[in-house]
Amino acid sequence: MRKISDLFKKELKVINIGLSSFREGPEEVGVKVVQVDWRPPAASDEETMDALKKLLGSKK
Amino acid sequence: MIDIEKANKEALNKLLSARPMLVGMGKAIDVVPGMKENLILHAGPPITWERMCGPQRGAVIGALIYEGKAKDREEAEKIAASGEIEFSPCHHHQMVGPMAGIVSPSMPVYILENEAFGNKAYATMNEGLGKVLRMGAYSPDVIERLKWMENVMYPVMDRAIRTLGKIDLKNIIAQALHMGDELHNRNKGATSLLFRQIAPAMVKSTKDASQVEKVLKFIDGNDHTFLNLSMPAAKVSLDPARNVEGSTMVVVMARNGTDFGIQVSGLGDQWFTAPAPVPPNALYFPGFTKEDANPDIGDSSIMETSGLGGFAIGAAPAIVQFVGGTPQDGLNKTLSMYEITIGENNVYQVPYLNFRGTPTGIDIRKVVEKNIPPFIDTGIAHKEPGIGQVGAGLVDAPMEVFKKAVVAFAKKYS
Amino acid sequence: MVIKGIIKKGEYYDSVTLMLVARDVTKLEGVEDAAVVMGTEQNKSILETSGILLDMFKDAKDSDLLIAVKAKDESTANQAIQKVDELLKAKRSKSQEAGEYMPKSLEGALDFMPDANMVIISVAGKYAGDEAMKALEKGLHVMLFSDNVPIEKEIELKKYGRDQGLLVMGPDCGTAIINGVPLCFANVVNRGDIGIVAASGTGLQEVSSVITNEGSGISQAIGTGGRDVKKDVGGIMFMEGIKALEEDPETKYIVLVSKPPHPEVLKKVANLIKSEIKKPVVGIFLGGDPKVVEGAGAIPSNTLEEAGLIAASLSKGKSMDEFKKLLEDREKEILQIAEKESKNKTATQKYVRGLYTGGTLCDEAMLISRTIIGEVYGNAPINPDFKLENSWISKENSFVDLGEDEFTVGRPHPMIDFTLRNKKILDEVKDPEVAVILLDVVLGYGSNMQPGDELSPAIKQAREFAEKEGRNVTFICSITGTNKDPQDRKKVKEQLEDAGAIVMPSNAAAAKLASYIVKNIGGVR
Repeated sequence: MRKISDLFKKELKVINIGLSSFREGPEEVGVKVVQVDWRPPAASDEETMDALKKLLGSKK
Repeated sequence: MIDIEKANKEALNKLLSARPMLVGMGKAIDVVPGMKENLILHAGPPITWERMCGPQRGAVIGALIYEGKAKDREEAEKIAASGEIEFSPCHHHQMVGPMAGIVSPSMPVYILENEAFGNKAYATMNEGLGKVLRMGAYSPDVIERLKWMENVMYPVMDRAIRTLGKIDLKNIIAQALHMGDELHNRNKGATSLLFRQIAPAMVKSTKDASQVEKVLKFIDGNDHTFLNLSMPAAKVSLDPARNVEGSTMVVVMARNGTDFGIQVSGLGDQWFTAPAPVPPNALYFPGFTKEDANPDIGDSSIMETSGLGGFAIGAAPAIVQFVGGTPQDGLNKTLSMYEITIGENNVYQVPYLNFRGTPTGIDIRKVVEKNIPPFIDTGIAHKEPGIGQVGAGLVDAPMEVFKKAVVAFAKKYS
Repeated sequence: MVIKGIIKKGEYYDSVTLMLVARDVTKLEGVEDAAVVMGTEQNKSILETSGILLDMFKDAKDSDLLIAVKAKDESTANQAIQKVDELLKAKRSKSQEAGEYMPKSLEGALDFMPDANMVIISVAGKYAGDEAMKALEKGLHVMLFSDNVPIEKEIELKKYGRDQGLLVMGPDCGTAIINGVPLCFANVVNRGDIGIVAASGTGLQEVSSVITNEGSGISQAIGTGGRDVKKDVGGIMFMEGIKALEEDPETKYIVLVSKPPHPEVLKKVANLIKSEIKKPVVGIFLGGDPKVVEGAGAIPSNTLEEAGLIAASLSKGKSMDEFKKLLEDREKEILQIAEKESKNKTATQKYVRGLYTGGTLCDEAMLISRTIIGEVYGNAPINPDFKLENSWISKENSFVDLGEDEFTVGRPHPMIDFTLRNKKILDEVKDPEVAVILLDVVLGYGSNMQPGDELSPAIKQAREFAEKEGRNVTFICSITGTNKDPQDRKKVKEQLEDAGAIVMPSNAAAAKLASYIVKNIGGVR
């Protein structure tokens, strides 16, 4: 719970992954937004995707 | 699952703690591990004569003429196809070769030692730009130049290096980055620094002043002299990071003009290959177009593998015409490479990024996850043997090889 | 006719950008159809249906950009493809402003903003869940706009978020206002002491706009996505949101907005309110029994507008009696207008046609209307027996939600792109049985930026058409938004009124007016 209450007290700082039009609202009220030029993973086939997930799993 | 983060940190630390030194020279047959009379080394992953691209064949032809094994192209091709000559990747012999990367037994080579780990690496001397063996040219003037390099330049250089004892390449590379080099397509600063170190030693160790003058003039006239030192420096620095159990760090990216291949620290000596791409955006010499270009070729992508070259292009504003024109474009390219690397270099820096370390240690996971291929700047050879360089440009490593490596990694470690 | 196409390998653009580009290219002279899509299986099947799946596209991957143009001749097709290129380049350079580096991943973005605390995610649903998990693992709150995220993934994300004390707004969360910052499709509202938790995006927009237009304000507005209050997710974020507002010192009143939650979820919410929540709670569970809300310890309301008005009254310290008086006055006013508008209809004119861009607004309008004029038809009707056989063809009293998937495949949402609805308006007005056309206009970030300019001509044209045929069709609009929105509610209202529409203060009021007219002229079922 505490983290949400903390958020309410802080200045919002936004990372926007996807539609760049979603920058506009926050930026209009002076909030900093970093836009991500996102692209889907190169793993378009199941085998690579599964393998990638296994490998990324150890990131935690 | 094994702790990949930890393994990657270990592999990166090995790379970062390297101390590459130029310690001497020798003939390939005498010093290169596994070199023998009927062996020719080539750039990139393993390949047969049948599948070899034009410029690599051209360089093989040139090497056979140079070695006195053939008198002309026809004879050389016959010998090359006969099975009497063996071919092997430079990378299997602690070597790297730019473009075609052809090394034959009597070619003189630099000897580098990584003082931190004691391993060695080797590379031939750079012949200059244009019509040269490494670009697939084999005409009499090309062979003549190689002979001069063997007979005059090599002994003069060798004596000078031995006089100095050793030359600290890491130091030169670090300074060159501050002078606008990225050490792949631009080696002007590094070549100048080498010149300053080696000239007095040359004068001291070679009595014949006219020979010294010719060698120094040759170095002065060839901005790429240092490329054949920055490449083995990268190789000798990366080799200790091979075979770290559980590491997804790339230790080799290399092309033979037909295939693009990588090797990954935690996956031993296995190559992952895909067709080499033709650089899509390149600048061509007058009279040449993309139609003339051979697909990507050379071991020089070892520079990017070690966090230099394209990865450091933000440090090289003089060559940003390759990346779209503005210094900001170059910085953006470098910035995007931080997204796929394990860490930042502790010595090599990009001045314009507040001296941030160059992005270093490609992680196959990040490449695939973020869909950002490593970015390489490179020379371009004509696709036919015998013509030589036609331009320079940029190329993305094919995603396919990283995907294959990710799949193989998951198989091996699960 | 020729069909031409090209593949651009590894060029990724978001779907909205691509759809807008395709729309612009389709408008070119001599171009019959154009598709600019990423090479996903779904997109390929759309191309196949449209008869423009070229052989070369069959092996394309998710990350390949496909451009196909059907045009009258080869050179027109080539020109159109070139135009696509130009438009895409323009879009990209616009978003890259001055060559600044744009990070390609969350990790890269954190390099530039290590103290980021909120991540908005609107990438394809297939990937959105994984991106959200990465953000949560880095301790960041998440606004997940994307839909089509698997339910299992939603549960995983929300459990993880709850355990870490992080907001997981969505998937399929269209709106939120955190610390006064409008996120995604949000309105520019006053800051104040009313906190909202909503499982409905447009519901949240309507309530927060009503509150602002009444002169009160919002502390926080937390969206949860519609599935949160269903059985599977079990209201995880709905309840976390309520708790967060209870803890927030800026929040004095809490408004809950949702379709009726699953009974088990409702029970949990009720228990939470009774045991832990001391602040007054106003609830609108659209289509649910207000008694249920009351049972949960909250003040019930019948419409989104009412919920907003109650909260605003509480916030201003007004009594419930004053509030009831306000509602009665409004009711009288609506009846008066209905009386007037009923007089100028011909004998054939009997029915209302609602053309909606906001799903929740469409639901609310149907719920209100059916109590006045009986069951109404729709593509997503309240009573399943009244589902339109063909969503494109209305009958009797019909309410169509143009935001449903059947209308949005391959084109931007109707809140952004008015083309489809404008066309529907002209279709509906040709039907001599139509007496009233009911429209919602949703303002705020993310929505169409010139709604007045784009909707007014269609209304005008439709009214003129009807007049020529000797009919007067009443246009009733509601505007969800505020005067501070980038579109400016006041300006839009004037434009629509100039075009001959009646603009009501809320969606509920608009639906009531339409229904009373229909009732007066005998269109009751």
